[in-house]
Amino acid sequence: MSSKTLNISTSPHIIANVSTDTIMLNVVYALLPVAGFAVYSFGINALLVILTTTISAVGTEHYLCKLSKKESTVGDWSAVISGLLLGLTLPPTFPLWMAFFGGVIAIALGKFIFGGLGYNVFNPALVGRAVLQAAFPVAMTTWYPAMALDRFSSISTSVLSTPFMQPTVDVVSGATPLSAFKFDNIIADSSDMALGLISGSTGETCAVLILLGGIYLIIRKMMNWRIPVAILGTVIVLSGILYLVDPQIYPSPVFMLFSGGLMLGAIFMATDMVASPITPLGVVVYGAIIGILVVVIRIWGGLPEGVMYAILLANAISPHIDNMIRLRVYGTSKQTKHD
Amino acid sequence: MKSQESISKNSEEFLKGIWRENPVFVAVLGMCPALAVTNSAINGLAMGLATTFVLFFSSTLVSLFRSFIPKQVRITTFIVIIATFVTVVDMLLAAWVPDIHKELGAFIALIVVNCLILGRQEAFSSKNPVGYSMLDALGMSIGFTIALLSIGVIREILGNGSLFNIDLFGQNFEPWIIMILPPGGFLVLGFLLLCFNRVLNKKSS
Repeated sequence: MSSKTLNISTSPHIIANVSTDTIMLNVVYALLPVAGFAVYSFGINALLVILTTTISAVGTEHYLCKLSKKESTVGDWSAVISGLLLGLTLPPTFPLWMAFFGGVIAIALGKFIFGGLGYNVFNPALVGRAVLQAAFPVAMTTWYPAMALDRFSSISTSVLSTPFMQPTVDVVSGATPLSAFKFDNIIADSSDMALGLISGSTGETCAVLILLGGIYLIIRKMMNWRIPVAILGTVIVLSGILYLVDPQIYPSPVFMLFSGGLMLGAIFMATDMVASPITPLGVVVYGAIIGILVVVIRIWGGLPEGVMYAILLANAISPHIDNMIRLRVYGTSKQTKHD
Repeated sequence: MKSQESISKNSEEFLKGIWRENPVFVAVLGMCPALAVTNSAINGLAMGLATTFVLFFSSTLVSLFRSFIPKQVRITTFIVIIATFVTVVDMLLAAWVPDIHKELGAFIALIVVNCLILGRQEAFSSKNPVGYSMLDALGMSIGFTIALLSIGVIREILGNGSLFNIDLFGQNFEPWIIMILPPGGFLVLGFLLLCFNRVLNKKSS
């Protein structure tokens, strides 16, 4: 066979020598500055929360692989990413036992039950967060101010609360820009929001670092740039139109862009390779749907933040988006079903 | 010899509903009440007992009249019989335990369309003698009640920190709100199905 001059093989002929592990590891690299800033801004509490979710996600993955008598898939770094992302979307003083539970749910219910990496319908980290949001709504909306003076010297009592017991509420608490806007109609300073000097979930505050992480991944071609561009573009256009209609009621596009989990969600969560569409046009439609849902939920919904639900809903319909915009096979009639 | 055989058949008809053919965990029938009213143990138990009453008397009656019911209108006849007993149990609950009756609401009337009950009439009572039908109905409804009660117990303990309205963990317990919401029903049912199937698979292999 080797003496043949013409090698015949089926496509694909050009293979990038990049494995799943490499991509996942690079996503972890891109997330590390974000996590680092979270620790800098919120102190030991945030570090403990992020570590707990990461350890519980990796532990769950390992344990479930053992339970189903498969080789442990911890080595592909995807569980680390899910754990990190979950930790980055939780409030800084979130009780650790709840964070641990969230990590278990994210992997077991968000990923493993569908068959592991490559089969998950939804972004695992967001599944974990959605369950936590429904189970412990009070703890999920108890915020802590950024850059507190004692953030490196003291651990919040609510972080260390006993499992199954109510977290003790700290005296100090800080409203996020979104909840301040929703309930008190206060608009936070834009530069504060871009640089992360605001209250919020541990990893969602510093928009600049998140953007840099995204740009790194896009340059290395490990992320589909269309998704974040479509999401952020839709949000800018839609909220811009609303802002032009009545600046008294609707927040400016800059505020919409830098507040809450939009940056983190658009760049690191909506781009989940498994749960997003694969066709170029489908990806844009998917991003636009997320953008529209975010604006609608934030402005007209009962909740201050809607990125999580927007992404989960778009994940659910992403296979259908691909199906609907699939090109007609040349030579077939319009009525022909390709399935 | 003959009496021994009939005893083993009797216990077989009775026990299959509780374990091997459990209506909720194996046949996955009657999902509407199993998910909708099991947010507390007492609701689950009440729904289970109400279904027991309806299933037992409907099965007995259908079995008694099985040779008189024309084949063409059998489903209608079953439904009329079932609806009669549902009306009875509806009124009984309203008279004796008005609080639970209020909480179960429309789901008592919906026992009529519980596929478990109609399924037993069609598959068993209309073809078998009265004695077996009664045993079958009792076994099935006990299995159903156990399933609803266990879902209700788990959801109430986690979602409210109590069991049969008795506080278990004191004031500081953090309730898992999701457990008393509809998603909690699906999560607990799924988890119990997983455990049940695992045990059954282990036994058969």
